[in-house]
Amino acid sequence: MTKQFVTTTVNGDTAEFICEPGESLLDALRGRLQLTGSKEGCGSGDCGACTILLDGEMVCSCLVFAAEAEGRVIETVEGMADGSVLHPVQRKFLEHAALQCGFCTPGFLVATKALLDHNPDPSEHEIRYWLAGNLCRCTGYDKIVRAVQDTAREMRNERKTA
Amino acid sequence: MPQPGYHAPETVQQAIALLSKEPGARVLAGGTDLIVQMRSGRIASPLIVDLKRISGMIGIRASGDGFAIGAATPCTALKKDAAFAAAWPGVVEAANLIGSVQVRNRATMAGNLCNASPAADSVPALIAAGATCLIAGPSGERELPVEQLATGPGRTGLATGEFVVELRLPARPKGGGDAYLRLIPRTEMDIAVVGAGAALVIDAAGTCTAARISIGAVAPTALLVADAGAALVGSKFDDAALGRMGEAVRAACSPIDDKRGTISYRTDMAAVIARRAVAIARQRAGEAN
Ligand SMILES: Cc1cc2nc3c(=O)[nH]c(=O)nc-3n(C[C@H](O)[C@H](O)[C@H](O)COP(=O)(O)OP(=O)(O)OC[C@H]3O[C@@H](n4cnc5c(N)ncnc54)[C@H](O)[C@@H]3O)c2cc1C
Ligand code: FES
Ligand code: FES
Repeated sequence: MTKQFVTTTVNGDTAEFICEPGESLLDALRGRLQLTGSKEGCGSGDCGACTILLDGEMVCSCLVFAAEAEGRVIETVEGMADGSVLHPVQRKFLEHAALQCGFCTPGFLVATKALLDHNPDPSEHEIRYWLAGNLCRCTGYDKIVRAVQDTAREMRNERKTA
Repeated sequence: MPQPGYHAPETVQQAIALLSKEPGARVLAGGTDLIVQMRSGRIASPLIVDLKRISGMIGIRASGDGFAIGAATPCTALKKDAAFAAAWPGVVEAANLIGSVQVRNRATMAGNLCNASPAADSVPALIAAGATCLIAGPSGERELPVEQLATGPGRTGLATGEFVVELRLPARPKGGGDAYLRLIPRTEMDIAVVGAGAALVIDAAGTCTAARISIGAVAPTALLVADAGAALVGSKFDDAALGRMGEAVRAACSPIDDKRGTISYRTDMAAVIARRAVAIARQRAGEAN
């Protein structure tokens, strides 16, 4: 089958790659663009380790064909920090020890940022439902929820003082 | 998995031509069933036809008094359409029980329908609401009630070259209300053991003047249970009428026995879940009066 030539935007920069027509966007990000932050935990939409934003909406990149990315806007975990300054979500995950092995973390970070962009003041219930598509087999989730709540608090306060 | 071809046509006619040329070609909407099934080797497809670049495939528009939902509209977009969410809350809730936020940002109701899983969550809600699907194909267009599309688990009556272009829902009738509930052992990210949809119309005196009851996950396809609806019409939802409704639901069940539920459990729970869905639909219908 003919390979596909794809031009897309990743974390604000134009990116071009050639891929197999049946290749997943996750494989293209990791294998063709060397953006290995997004992880493959399952390849079937269950774990969320591959979570990215596609045109601003969070999706499992394992369930997107790379060819679908033509002309779209992609944001990955690599785009979260501003140079060496971590995004508040990243900093709070560290502070609260909301990770152990870290395999799930990129997905949780992207999903949490998307949550707080939609809803700056989520309840614990809303946080847990929003993150239901992100699995973590290490932390037991509690520290993750605390980190999300603390990030939300800090980002709200910053907005107030800004 | 073997490499398929990928095409993203820009018109319905181009899509039909691609699908007709290559038997075994598959339509791609959100990919949340298709890509999983291709990766697991359950299906092999020589050609993927992505609907999302065809204009009109994404979004909800007014159609007559009702609504037309483009086949590639993701479930989360349904919530954002205030008029649609107010008219058919049961349909919107059912579609937004599917998977996780990540999944719902891609998954479509048309894909849920055409994947033809007996446990598809949005399908009983669509059936209760009286939805139809508009199908385009090599010999033109046809419209089919949603309950007639699936012919068995994983099977539909779509001919080669045909695909669903839009789902059509009527306006919410005066005094109308709908609901969908499913039974799952978890709170999220699970497959329905039983699902039930209800859409009712109630007059100012509280008497039921029309009712459509549907069930999922308890038969090879989601079903409209006409007898269950008929049991409610003319009643004010007294115990006797609700009991007859439940009996009609039980009689329509022919579930499988598996680790997620035995035949008798699924059958008993179908009546329970249908009754609870009726209670919510009734409350919504009352509020609309
Ligand atoms: C983690 C996870 C959790 C899930 N949870 C649920 C759940 O709780 N409830 C539930 O019901 N489902 C669930 N699903 C299944 C799936 O998300 C839904 O069935 C979804 O609605 C499928 O829609 P899609 O647009 O992604 O379909 P696709 O995967 O794009 O397509 C599905 C099938 O239908 C065909 N098709 C799609 N659109 C059309 C069309 N317009 N015309 C003709 N054929 C078409 C495709 O060729 C394919 O065979 C889950 C899936 C995942 C990965
Ligand atoms: S790798 Fe995509 S959801 Fe698990
Ligand atoms: S930290 Fe190991 S899976 Fe979450």
